[in-house]
Amino acid sequence: MTQPIIELKHVTKRYGTNTILKNVDLTLEPGTFYTLLGPSGCGKTTILRIIAGFSDATEGDVLFAGKRLNKVPANQRNINTVFQEYALFPHMTVAENVAFGLTLKKMPKAEIAERVAQALKLVQLADYGDRDISALSGGQQQRIAIARAIVMQPKVLLLDEPLSALDAKLRREMQYELRDLQQRLGITFLFVTHDQEEALAMSDEIFVMNQGEVLQSGTPEDIYDEPINHFVADFIGESNILQGKMLGDFQVAFGGHEFECSDAGIPAGEPVEIVIRPEDLNLTTPEEAKLTVTIDTQLFRGNYYEIAATDNLGNDWQIHSVNPAEDGENVGITFRPQDLHVMRFGEKEAEFDARLETYEETEDETIDET
Amino acid sequence: MTKRRTWLYFIPYGLWLALFVIAPVALIIYQSFFDLGHHFTLGNYSAYFQSATYLKMTLNSVWYAFLITLFTGLISYPTAYFLHGLKHRQLWLLLVILPTWINILLKAYAFIGIFSQAGLANQFLSFIGIGPQQILFTNASFIFVATYIQIPFMILPIFNALDDLNPAFINASQDLGASGWQTFTKVVFPLTLPGVKAGVQAVFIPSLSLFMLTRLIGGNKVITLGTAIEEHFLTTMNWGMGSTIGVVLIIAMVVVMLLTGDQKPKGGTPR
Repeated sequence: MTQPIIELKHVTKRYGTNTILKNVDLTLEPGTFYTLLGPSGCGKTTILRIIAGFSDATEGDVLFAGKRLNKVPANQRNINTVFQEYALFPHMTVAENVAFGLTLKKMPKAEIAERVAQALKLVQLADYGDRDISALSGGQQQRIAIARAIVMQPKVLLLDEPLSALDAKLRREMQYELRDLQQRLGITFLFVTHDQEEALAMSDEIFVMNQGEVLQSGTPEDIYDEPINHFVADFIGESNILQGKMLGDFQVAFGGHEFECSDAGIPAGEPVEIVIRPEDLNLTTPEEAKLTVTIDTQLFRGNYYEIAATDNLGNDWQIHSVNPAEDGENVGITFRPQDLHVMRFGEKEAEFDARLETYEETEDETIDET
Repeated sequence: MTKRRTWLYFIPYGLWLALFVIAPVALIIYQSFFDLGHHFTLGNYSAYFQSATYLKMTLNSVWYAFLITLFTGLISYPTAYFLHGLKHRQLWLLLVILPTWINILLKAYAFIGIFSQAGLANQFLSFIGIGPQQILFTNASFIFVATYIQIPFMILPIFNALDDLNPAFINASQDLGASGWQTFTKVVFPLTLPGVKAGVQAVFIPSLSLFMLTRLIGGNKVITLGTAIEEHFLTTMNWGMGSTIGVVLIIAMVVVMLLTGDQKPKGGTPR
């Protein structure tokens, strides 16, 4: 068990009567790519500012490698930030910007020059040192902002929506580059974004936030496959969320039928929500179907058709299919038990994890018996 | 159609430009080439540049304008910086600007009262046992009152420059390890320098031609170019010489503008 590099313990932030963060606990391990994901105003940037030292926690502790950081000013923390609007100093050249932090440390000039050149090379702008900031494109400014932060060799790099100002293509490129950079440097990245695709693509671990709380944390796969509640399921990826009722372990009812599922540990008769991802649904003939739906409209998305349909109880369905369907057609849909994910109302992450553990063990046992 | 519209909008500005900028400057330049007998001459200029009195007066004007600008700046930057950090900063700023709504003569007369032998200032000096002193009609009192009058014009552009400064720059500087003072000297001050330059223009140039204060507060001990122009037009009636000094003043203004102008346009916020 390694020593966590950053820990937030019961951190609460209030502005007057307005609570921005509610009792947030967070643990960051060294060398890992973390993402704080949530809609704007959910408090993710506030967490970043508290770790960077631009803002104080109203309650709770911030720890850096086990030492309390609350009273350490921002300029004495071994943490650097890549800002949303880059905040490159317009009165300095590219090299002067990158050298800024090292110059303050009174490092010898030759060493500064060497490290600046190295950092610029790392972001693939080796020849840009003498340029003015205003002469750079958005993507280049982005890279310089990263170079300026990593030249300080921080233990933790904080990135505040750094890709939000870039166009879609550049954004995808930078996602690869950032991921690559993090792995090469081997330092902890804490990346803030409201873009779920970005979070899923880049992170080792995601913290999903809403209204000042961390709702769920886990690997991108965990969060995508097993969202804890309606908000997470809806926020991450496309999803069909249906009202249903638990019948017993691995048995759930929705849409007027009973289905086998892969969830357990919920009392029979409890109302629940069921998540099915559109790409897990397959179109078939009404005879072979688990459910029949009527096609309303469809959109061609290039690599798939996005089909909107309604079942006979009036529930809306979204289906991603490689093959097109006919508008107004009655079709069947099928899915596997493991494609269903059951969510309890008001279940917290700790309870969810505990419940998961109980039946995943029993599942293993049944496998052993057979 | 749209062309004609644009022309209509230009009329007020065009009239202003012609009547209050081009015509007066042209008239002054024209007048400066005539002697007392209304004969064309270059004598005014040669007199000006050969006279020790005029040159000394010019140096005096520049020197006092420099001092006034310096003191104004030394007071205004910290004040603007302080005001900018306050919660209801627009209100506090308004209180600083408020005195500029009062006529400069009224303020000058008020200071005559305050600085006079029996005035408030001397009452206080007597109270602490070092008065009364001669305060009015000294160079120090002239600089004091001129600085007082000019301060709002310096605070305003500096305040605006600070307001335009993206706070992310300050965060970035701290983030890279800069102390509060280092952040100020390396980031905040350089990025708000355009505001300081605008303030210098707004203070230095008018200070060159201050003339009422030199008489009312300075007791005519400091003869600035402004005073000289007034004397020539109203007392000696030598319009040619007055105009010549006016031309010199205009050239001095252009020089100051060029010196304090932006060599490179650099914004306070990144876009």
